[in-house]
Amino acid sequence: MIYAVAFMRSFMSPERARAWLAGKSRFVGYALAAFFGVITPFCSCSSVPLFIAFLSAGIPLGVTMTFLITSPLVNEVAVILLGEWWGFGFMGVYVGRGVVLGMIGGGVVDTLKLEKWVEPFVWDIKMPVPEMLEERQGWRWREKFARSEALSIFKKVWVYVLIGVGVGAALHGYVPKEWFIAHAGADNPFAVPLAVIAGIPLYSNATGIIPVASVLMDKGVPVGTILAFIMSIVAISLPEIMILKKVLKVQMIAFFIAFLVVAFTCVGYLFNFLFSGGI
Amino acid sequence: MEITVFGRGCATCNNTIQRIEAEAKSLGVPVDVSKVSDDVEIIKAGVMTTPAVMIGGKIVHAGGIPSAEAVRGWLK
Repeated sequence: MIYAVAFMRSFMSPERARAWLAGKSRFVGYALAAFFGVITPFCSCSSVPLFIAFLSAGIPLGVTMTFLITSPLVNEVAVILLGEWWGFGFMGVYVGRGVVLGMIGGGVVDTLKLEKWVEPFVWDIKMPVPEMLEERQGWRWREKFARSEALSIFKKVWVYVLIGVGVGAALHGYVPKEWFIAHAGADNPFAVPLAVIAGIPLYSNATGIIPVASVLMDKGVPVGTILAFIMSIVAISLPEIMILKKVLKVQMIAFFIAFLVVAFTCVGYLFNFLFSGGI
Repeated sequence: MEITVFGRGCATCNNTIQRIEAEAKSLGVPVDVSKVSDDVEIIKAGVMTTPAVMIGGKIVHAGGIPSAEAVRGWLK
């Protein structure tokens, strides 16, 4: 499954996304950028060059931000695992929420004209058009890309899964169900925002969190609250956000963290409401 | 052979450099690998995904660790 997704992703590169997004109208831009953000493979340490390259192609700031935030919001490994554990309907809703949040985030940036919160030197950089690499052509390359991607994900993931299962087992064995019901149950209206805030300093690979989430669900924590916690852990990763500090002013970074906290809280409440009878 | 690796110094970039040096050693090709880690320099070279590899003024690879096979191809 991971292999199949990696194979599909081999058709996409940030260079292509840039070429396809340049010159599009804003609304088409948000939708396409969110879609590309989901399917384009890139390492978070490329965020700064990517950011500058998009802007220098004349892509609006909001559309660029949509691309950058949708990517961590819809982690492909998390998507696959959610599908396998909790069903494909739930997976679809999860992807949809990432895309919608990414588009709203970009829209807000453009509406409020937040260009002032980008470091001014960025606007002066003239960048040559990045070449489409020859090595990326052909089926043999795609097959190899997919294989090495699947292998490296697998290698990375099992450690997290083990930790996740360990933490899950500890919660299962040592924390009584009543504690969760009292603190994170459906009757506590503040459970969702608290779950989001608790998740900010925690960072885990999406895969490690899913065994923990399953235990929380057994303990009677509502789906939306769990999801809010997962999203916050996976998508708000301070070290990765801090990479962007080179091109974004502190206000912009604070704005984005605040946006995600509010957005995740809303999504948590919404899912608690939608799935109040269970998944 | 002069090789430039672009990247801000995350694990993937360092692995790329190590792989190039290891392959060069096993092939017996002398290489001089230099590293560009400044984001603005990276962008000005026309690179938007790192790690990227430039040989003889041409970008031959971008975004991810190159395969050992690809590295051997460049060194020949």
